[in-house]
Amino acid sequence: METAHKRPNYILIWIYLAVLTAAELALAFELPIKPSTKLALLLFLAIWKALLVGLYFMHLKFEKWNLRMLAIIPIPLALILLFAGMSEHIW
Amino acid sequence: MSQAMAGAMQPPFPAERGIEVYNKKLGMWIFLASEVMFFAALIGSYVILRFGAAGVWAKPGIVLSIQITAFNTFLLICSSVSMVKAYAAIQDGFQDKMKFWLLMTILGGATFVGIQVFEYIHLVEHGFTPAGVREGSHLAELVANGTLPAATMGLYGSTFFTMTGFHGFHVTCGVISMLYLYLFKALPGKYSPQDFSGIEVVGLYWHFVDLVWIILFTIVYLV
Repeated sequence: METAHKRPNYILIWIYLAVLTAAELALAFELPIKPSTKLALLLFLAIWKALLVGLYFMHLKFEKWNLRMLAIIPIPLALILLFAGMSEHIW
Repeated sequence: MSQAMAGAMQPPFPAERGIEVYNKKLGMWIFLASEVMFFAALIGSYVILRFGAAGVWAKPGIVLSIQITAFNTFLLICSSVSMVKAYAAIQDGFQDKMKFWLLMTILGGATFVGIQVFEYIHLVEHGFTPAGVREGSHLAELVANGTLPAATMGLYGSTFFTMTGFHGFHVTCGVISMLYLYLFKALPGKYSPQDFSGIEVVGLYWHFVDLVWIILFTIVYLV
């Protein structure tokens, strides 16, 4: 099969994900910070975790660009959908 | 086994020289692209309803149990790791390791669904339903004393059960798919370092389900 590539350290990625999840919980319930800052940090951590899963467990980091594009293309479309909907509340 | 049969078990690579991915894997990625749009619609609707709601949203940790869901999140992350370990094991030709890790993934996924069902039962018992808060329940008392906002509980209930319900359905489909792989492909020894396409393709789906939960956990339970 054509999937042979350098293998990441899956256990290390698992530890990262566990630590980031613990950080999310601490941020959400323990740290006394502004709600807007908390929201931004929580979203940042969630995107970081999602990227770790996508890049290392789904092996996007090791795939060719034409396959990566398949994964990347829906993201701006999804954001357009989201912001188009939200814009109804802005204008 | 004849050479022709051995050849038939191989993914038809190179089927498409342009993208250089075998058809099953390409099909799964296209399916996952459509799934991104599906969950984007659900999450987008949630964001729009939440920010456009006439009133504040319930604070996290009052209605939903964070501890049990945090454990469930960790469990799903663990099952993603076990799935990728099964993939790595069969890539190296270790049949027994692959079977072990695949079974661990199935157990992890099934436990996740079980805990989610337990959570739903617990929530409904306390009065949190897809229609909002049930009258006469414990949560109705919290609404009455102002701990929970009355105006948005209906939206909260419907968005929560819709998003987590669809995700749970996806997890269930993943568990059934992996069970099929385990019973009819892995146990009879049909996978080899030359053909483990089922493990890879279902693995991609499983990691995607994990990825979606990572986002849902943050926006539904923590924000």
